Amino acid sequence: MTAAGVWLARRALLLVLTMLAVSFLVHLALEANVAGVAVKVLGQFSTPDQRAAWLHEHGYDDPFVVRYLRWLGHFVRGDWGRSTYYQEDIVTLIRPRLAASAILAGAALVVMVPLSLALGIAAGARAGSGIDRAVSVLAIVTTSIPDFAAAAFLTAIFVLGLGWLPGVSTMAGGFDARELVLPVLVLVLGSTGYLARMTRASMIEVMAQPYIRTALLKGASPLRIIFRHALRNALLTPVTVIMLQIPWILSGVIVVEVFFAYRGFGTLLYQAALNSDVYLVEAAAMVSVVAVVASQILADLAYVALDPRLRHGGAR
Amino acid sequence: MAVVGLWVFVAVFAPLLAPRDPLVSFAPLLRPGAAGFPLGTDLLGRDILSRLCWGARPVLGLALAATLIAYALGVTAGLIAGYRRGWADTLLSFIANVILAFPVLVLYLVVIVALGASYLNVIIAVTFGSAPAVFRIVRGITIDIAHRDYIAAAVTQGEAAWRIMAIDILPNAAPALAVDFCLRLGYTAIVIGALGFLGLGLPPPAPDWGGMVTDGRALAFAFPHLVIFPCIAISSLVLGLSLIADGLRDAQ
Repeated sequence: MTAAGVWLARRALLLVLTMLAVSFLVHLALEANVAGVAVKVLGQFSTPDQRAAWLHEHGYDDPFVVRYLRWLGHFVRGDWGRSTYYQEDIVTLIRPRLAASAILAGAALVVMVPLSLALGIAAGARAGSGIDRAVSVLAIVTTSIPDFAAAAFLTAIFVLGLGWLPGVSTMAGGFDARELVLPVLVLVLGSTGYLARMTRASMIEVMAQPYIRTALLKGASPLRIIFRHALRNALLTPVTVIMLQIPWILSGVIVVEVFFAYRGFGTLLYQAALNSDVYLVEAAAMVSVVAVVASQILADLAYVALDPRLRHGGAR
Repeated sequence: MAVVGLWVFVAVFAPLLAPRDPLVSFAPLLRPGAAGFPLGTDLLGRDILSRLCWGARPVLGLALAATLIAYALGVTAGLIAGYRRGWADTLLSFIANVILAFPVLVLYLVVIVALGASYLNVIIAVTFGSAPAVFRIVRGITIDIAHRDYIAAAVTQGEAAWRIMAIDILPNAAPALAVDFCLRLGYTAIVIGALGFLGLGLPPPAPDWGGMVTDGRALAFAFPHLVIFPCIAISSLVLGLSLIADGLRDAQ
């Protein structure tokens, strides 16, 4: 097996181990409130006998380890159980929600990545210039505003003030791109500043390298230097950082979806957690972990693809 | 800097500064500028200015407590892992990676839902999510420093391991940690606000900036002041902390 193959196998093993650890921890955490599950399902006015009967019927009074292993056995075979809150099969429940969130996060990334790279490159190409200072200030301000506050400010401006956009994104009348604008904008505001600063730092580092000075002395135009010589090396860090932003964007997605009542993965997880829907929380947590770890692996692969030194020497 | 100082001042002297009791109802839904209520009142008729003043306390107090505890845990574990290496490092790093593989808010949702919403549980949830990041910074610096000659000299002199870690290694991490501390404090304030917004922060009727946003949201179309003022409060606090972190970084 090649060095890269070994590396990939190790990463996959780590992913499985992480999923096992996380699923066990989530089970353990929700264990603290197992009696509450019956209350949530049967309502406040159910009798203790009814609750006990429900817990027994659904296998909640088996020992903890037995229940965990049973869940695990079903989970790996693609049977993720039923949601106690939505009364639906979890796999069929989660799939459309995941797609809806993927559209949201994907649209945010499509705007965010070119924008932050452009801002970071413009700022980093000439450190200390007016553009640089403006980008820095913008980055600090936008990253300091919490997602829910940004959502409120944007709603105040575009919905209440100008009346251009709808204030909720339930997609009640079918898919409407206009309802996507504000949620995407909030996500973009939340992460663009950080990515732009990372790109800027990386760009400044590269621009200080001797080979850039050589190119300059040879008479290459500034634009040619930036695009032909500097960019490729300067992109190494941001590419990794973009991938590592994914868990952060996922968190933002929860807040944004709840704020705009968007029917995605975030609101699903939120409702599941509020209603002690153990297996739905567990399934959602697993999906999140896979998304995060997969993005980390992708970040490493992108790094290798961009840096020829790693490609020929095998991955680390 | 000035903004953070202002909010700390407001938090400390909330009983003197807040013009009214934050829990007492007056006339509901007064607009900002109404006589005696500069920022208006909420649906239950509580003075928004007073609620903002009192609300500075939990945000600052919880953020500080959670960040300090996360630092205590992260620094200790980071020093041990970076200095001892071996199985302790493998185990601690694995735990840190498992926690970091979790989208933060999912992590908080699970912890808060399992334990219920209270001051203590907010601190536990936030600590749990922050400590691994601190751990990584300290571990990285420790591994780098542990091979220097002066550490070898200290070992030869027979200094105790904890002394080497605390006195010879830790100060090297101080500049990086100072910047991270300010950023993390702001970031923790955001998380506490977000938890409040999701209805998982402080139980009502406690004045909680995030909770105020949620409460006011249903009426925001007619009364935007319910939502806008707490949002300005938390944004200005976090912005102040970010600017301090930025200043510290430039000074280094």
